[in-house]
Amino acid sequence: MSNIPPDLQYAKSHEWLKRESDGSVTIGITDYAQNSLGDITFVQVPKVGAKLKAGETFGVVESVKAASDLYAPISGTVVAVNTVLESAPETVNRSPYGDGWMLKLKPEDGTATGLLDAAAYGKLTG
Amino acid sequence: MSELKRTPLRDFHAANGARLVDFAGWEMPVQYRSILEEHRAVRRAAGLFDVSHMGEVDVQGPAAGAFLNHFVTNDVSRLHPGRVLYTPMCYPGGGVVDDLLVYQRGAEDYLLCINAGNIDQDLAWIRGQVSDFDVTVTDRSADYALLAVQGPLAAGIVQALTDADLGPLKYYHFTEAAVAGIRCLVSRTGYTGEDGFELYHRPGDALALATALLEAGRPRGLELAGLGARDSLRLEAGYPLYGHEITADISPLTAGLGWTVKLDKGVDFVGREALLAEKRDGGARKVVFFRTGSRRIVRPETPVLDGTDSVIGRVVSGTLSPILNESIGSAIVAAPAASGPLKVDLRGEIIALQVVKPPLVELRKGSGG
Repeated sequence: MSNIPPDLQYAKSHEWLKRESDGSVTIGITDYAQNSLGDITFVQVPKVGAKLKAGETFGVVESVKAASDLYAPISGTVVAVNTVLESAPETVNRSPYGDGWMLKLKPEDGTATGLLDAAAYGKLTG
Repeated sequence: MSELKRTPLRDFHAANGARLVDFAGWEMPVQYRSILEEHRAVRRAAGLFDVSHMGEVDVQGPAAGAFLNHFVTNDVSRLHPGRVLYTPMCYPGGGVVDDLLVYQRGAEDYLLCINAGNIDQDLAWIRGQVSDFDVTVTDRSADYALLAVQGPLAAGIVQALTDADLGPLKYYHFTEAAVAGIRCLVSRTGYTGEDGFELYHRPGDALALATALLEAGRPRGLELAGLGARDSLRLEAGYPLYGHEITADISPLTAGLGWTVKLDKGVDFVGREALLAEKRDGGARKVVFFRTGSRRIVRPETPVLDGTDSVIGRVVSGTLSPILNESIGSAIVAAPAASGPLKVDLRGEIIALQVVKPPLVELRKGSGG
């Protein structure tokens, strides 16, 4: 069974997002996604300042087994990236919702559509 | 889809957390915990692999040795009882039918170990070579399970379970011995570049043997290792995998396995003429191994480009080396281009391939037999 924290929102493309108290949004990939990919060997995310558009690819996550695109669950501007993943991408396997976060966005208003809550995401991956 | 074949250890793998996948029609463990961790465990201590899907064939009779020497490229006449030989067998055009291990058990008694995905094709091919040779060819694949214990601590782990003295058993030699009380053909061979053993035994004994090896090995750092780690270990060692570096369309000379092709062994073996011509004229293509300096894995079928961006070949194997901490692989390229520069385009990112002579990491064992 994969871990699906109840306080996060989810995209059908297996990214999670967390709304932080400062208004920013943290994004990563789910436990289900990291487990499906297996050993993660490379994570590529845009630089701080990049503008992401909901539904478009913003990076790539690669494992021994496969390469998979990352999709922006919402639109916004990148305000932080997790540089730990450059040298230790396996952190995503160990801690997909914690130390393995990928980036933080300053979201544009009213762009979040089609996001799932934990129960709905659980059904999708169950 | 037809039902997957299972080794006697299928439930053992599942109980140990394996991720089971379809490999050549077999339900096999690709990994237990992590391919990269299992790989490191084999280089650091030891790994236990179930490779019972491999095929076994008895070749017996007065002409057994001559028969084998007629269709394999290496020289079977150099064997003696207790010795193992690695060899390709080729089509008349020089392409590879399969690569295999030949065990000589007695003057008229040989055992072949062949790739799981090629068992039916190999048997048909081998039987098609019999002609007037006084031999019998018997598929024994269902009669053997096969466990590989590989790594710098493998010898100590297996030695602890047997009264036989494994010290004098040299690389590419084998003996019969009881391991954990189970009758085994103990072969000092492997596919990882480490010291180690491959233990052929009866399928009914597989669970007891695997359990004994795991219990004896765990305190020394042995881990269960799946086919994922097996593949990355063999690629680091620079060993070919059928369907990748060697195929029906890639000869052993093209693949850099010239040491296994004994053109002068005094037998007009199948494929000799074509291989002789390839050696004389130089092959049009060449398999090269490479490092990238990048963590991005360069996957099979990726086009390989030369300095002018012309496609001059394709990648045939690629993975991340957990030892080098960069991606490695092999490619088949036009021979004149092999001296480089070579590169690939991974969705806009250009990665230079640094051609290196295998093995790609320092090994305790040589890169051959």
